Amino acid sequence: MPEAILFVVLAVIAVAAGVAVFRTDSMARASYALAVSFVAVGLMLLQFRLEYIGVITVLMMVMEMAVMAIFMIMFMGMNPALMPMDMVHSKKLSAGSAIGLFLLLTAGILLADWPESRGPAGGDLTASLGEAIMEPKMLVMLVISPVLFATLVSALVLANPRGRYSTYPLVPVEDADDDGQGKGQDHSGDSAGHAAHSAHGMDHGAGNSDGHGQHHGGGGHQ
Amino acid sequence: MTPGVVQQLPAWGPLVALAALAVVALSGAMVNGVLAARFSGRRGGGFAPIAEAARLLRQRRRSTVAADELLRRVGVAGLTVAAALKVAVLPVGAWVVSDLAVGLVWFNAMDVLVWAFVWLAGWGQNSVFPLVGGYRFLALALAYELPLMFALTAPAVAAGSLRMGDIVAAQEGLWFVVWMPVAFVVFLAAVLAFSLQRPFTAPMSADITGGVTGELSGVDRLLLLTGRYSLLSAGAGFAVALFLGGGSGPLLPDWLWFLGKTVVLLWLLVALRRRIPQLRPEQLMAPAWVVGLPVILLQVLVVAVVTINGRSS
Repeated sequence: MPEAILFVVLAVIAVAAGVAVFRTDSMARASYALAVSFVAVGLMLLQFRLEYIGVITVLMMVMEMAVMAIFMIMFMGMNPALMPMDMVHSKKLSAGSAIGLFLLLTAGILLADWPESRGPAGGDLTASLGEAIMEPKMLVMLVISPVLFATLVSALVLANPRGRYSTYPLVPVEDADDDGQGKGQDHSGDSAGHAAHSAHGMDHGAGNSDGHGQHHGGGGHQ
Repeated sequence: MTPGVVQQLPAWGPLVALAALAVVALSGAMVNGVLAARFSGRRGGGFAPIAEAARLLRQRRRSTVAADELLRRVGVAGLTVAAALKVAVLPVGAWVVSDLAVGLVWFNAMDVLVWAFVWLAGWGQNSVFPLVGGYRFLALALAYELPLMFALTAPAVAAGSLRMGDIVAAQEGLWFVVWMPVAFVVFLAAVLAFSLQRPFTAPMSADITGGVTGELSGVDRLLLLTGRYSLLSAGAGFAVALFLGGGSGPLLPDWLWFLGKTVVLLWLLVALRRRIPQLRPEQLMAPAWVVGLPVILLQVLVVAVVTINGRSS
């Protein structure tokens, strides 16, 4: 009985936090409301003795929300993320697809021919999960994980101009816009851009106008 | 695989564990006080943290305009909570508060909570420098987390279990620090990082007027500073359990050995971090991923090969 009550409480928290995601006007509150919802789900998994899956859900989802905070300022120009904003858009389409998906999943749960439970699960569930992944499902994992990883990395590299055009910056790149040299000029030709940067560096006696190589050049001037 | 290596404490267990964590963390802060006093040519200083706590408790709480009070409080109080939740699966000698089968993953999950809490504390204050501090922590966290995860993998692979009790029991013959020194060093570095100690203090450094701690005063500041020392203490405890044989030692009882090792390691970390200069936030990523990750992966490979050979023979 106490387990059932705990389950209900966690379920209510999960749903309520899920609703809160769309009711709040702050990106931070929305993302961490979502985290709370997932943490409640993770704790429910602990109730099913699926300890590894439960704890890893908590880990992944909290980390995901922290990374979301990085994406928030990385990809949202002018940072509306820092301002109050509406969390819902294209309302009719979203509501329609959400209700449709809910009905589909519920129908699936109710209509599926679930296998009968053969007594309590024995042994170490974490170990059997690992064996399932590493033995019969190994091929699937081997295919999916490199594809997923490549997608993530290439999306980041493409989205971040620095990822495409320069090496790892040991010194933060300063925008050259402030002294009248537009970005177009920088990208118009490699040599011209570098020349402009060098001049800029010498004018101010500081070498932090470009990446690594420029830094050493600037060091020489000082 | 062998439940019952360690004994789960009854209902008063969490209280004792919390008290032990508080005492160990306080000892770390007192050592820091003594070292700081000696550095500036004074004597004593051991009671500086207590005096500071009393001062902060009497200080008025300051709040910023349009602060997100809920998120700020969650973040500020969260560090101590995360440390306490870590300690819940830490076997102290033969006792543990909760003998979770995936204790090591639990530790890692609680460590990730620190990401959220530091950022929330920075965000919630609705002020520029705390926000910058919160983002600086995320930058550091992205760099240190993967090496930390692989450093945690090494003892788990060697013990063949994610249960903290089994990992301690697997070090009966030989402490893991002897044959996985790289993992130990990486783990200690990560402990300094998730407890916001130097060289990883960029999120609260002076160049952004205190960063995350910039607008905190009174009991909020006290909670955040307590959280740092609690996390450092919990990290030292896990270093002992994962690499330094847990409570094994001659003559004295297990729990005393465990606490002794933890306290000594904590003091060493406190003394060590005073001597390291602070890293700028962007300086960690390249060394951590270009050098740290391959090295720790090699360490895990060595451990895996040794473990599998040991099992088959």
